[in-house]
Amino acid sequence: MSALAVSGVSKRFGSLQVLRDINLSLEKGQMLALIGRSGSGKSTLLRCMNGLERIDAGHITIGGHALSYAPAALRRLRQDVGIVFQAYNLFPHLTVGRNIMLAPRLVLRWPSARAEARAREVLATVGLSEKFDAYPNQLSGGQQQRVAIARSLAMAPQVMLFDEVTSALDPELTGEVLITMENLARSGMTMVLVTHEMSFARSIAHIVAFMHDGRIHEIAPAKDLFARPRTEELRRFLSSTL
Amino acid sequence: MTYQFQFGAVFARAELLIDGFLLTLQLTVLTGLIGLILGLSCAVIRTYGPRPARMAVATYVEIFRNTPFLVQLFLIFFGIPEIGKTFGLRWLPSPYMAGLAALSVNIGAYATEIIRAGLQSVHRSQVEAAESLGLTRWQVIRYVILPPALRNVYPALSSEFILLMLGTSVVSVISVEELTGTANLIQSETYRTFETYALIWVIYFALALVLKGILDAIAARFIGRQKPPPAAAGAAHA
Repeated sequence: MSALAVSGVSKRFGSLQVLRDINLSLEKGQMLALIGRSGSGKSTLLRCMNGLERIDAGHITIGGHALSYAPAALRRLRQDVGIVFQAYNLFPHLTVGRNIMLAPRLVLRWPSARAEARAREVLATVGLSEKFDAYPNQLSGGQQQRVAIARSLAMAPQVMLFDEVTSALDPELTGEVLITMENLARSGMTMVLVTHEMSFARSIAHIVAFMHDGRIHEIAPAKDLFARPRTEELRRFLSSTL
Repeated sequence: MTYQFQFGAVFARAELLIDGFLLTLQLTVLTGLIGLILGLSCAVIRTYGPRPARMAVATYVEIFRNTPFLVQLFLIFFGIPEIGKTFGLRWLPSPYMAGLAALSVNIGAYATEIIRAGLQSVHRSQVEAAESLGLTRWQVIRYVILPPALRNVYPALSSEFILLMLGTSVVSVISVEELTGTANLIQSETYRTFETYALIWVIYFALALVLKGILDAIAARFIGRQKPPPAAAGAAHA
């Protein structure tokens, strides 16, 4: 069974049609990169996958859950689908350790000791073991983003979504986040990312979808898509970004 | 012409003054606690509750913030028992209970607005992050929104608390014998009007300073350890 199946998804914001009949599927352990210009609908599509935005038509199945907006069903889906945001969105009043422990304690109802052990484990995975007691505002942007990845990882999700996670970072800090994501991909995590990092998408993603005007304009294995763009729009997009 | 200051007559009634002072303190602390709980609940309902509940809270807040406290006090102390009588209820609040109730609902309305501003200061992205981890609505409010919200409005809440303490003096008009009420009594017995009011004036001032010191110490202990978080989580680059 695929880890992600999107079929016939459409969405509009008022009079603006942002997604038009989107169809996608992704196997377990694969990475899908969504690329395209600003406003092409790629972030909206990603946010629809864990119910942060509502779809108007179509179906989404992700991490073994059919997307539904009933609160309890949506919470169960979100336990299995992590998301990392452009602005990190760490909780500023909690230490790094407590940021990570919050969901395992409240959602999975783990005792404190078990949640702490898990937090230390995932912090080690992103290489920030020594930051357990630091507050978010004591960390660099790259470190904060790695903590945000660890926070999602602590829930042991089936699928992880990444919404332009390096776009807010200074260029010298993007590398550490990309390496963390690459390691995650190698460990077999199913990942969907919206990204402007073309070289990362080309070298790490299995499938790349180019979105244009609310549609999936082209979708192909990463190497083919970049080497042989079939449409004029993608050719123009690639020449403007590379 | 010279005025002969005679504090002696006032000091002779120090025991009365101490009782009054203690009642002022008691009214302040009780009202502060009730007002805080009321404000917290109403702010959460006003922000996240269902529409009818939001409207009800908004009405309460606007009514109590846009009418004089003295009139609210009279309504509760004199007015409500009158209405009760026509329905056969023989409820007569003591001046103390009426004062406590009026102060509490009044401060509750102000606290609601202050705390609501705090809730709104927590960025939507925080809520999205928490919901995306599978937290329930209530867990998001309790663990993600309220702590930074209260931290953000703590200075406003603590100055409101000082204003509340000073405001307790008004309930002396319905003969609650707190500090001002006691002073009214003493000056009518001793005719040392200036001395009496000057003395409680100093006591109020000292109490305000002490309370402010305590509130600042609480802030330093629980909030000062960490710098206030940047407004936008994404803005921090070390």
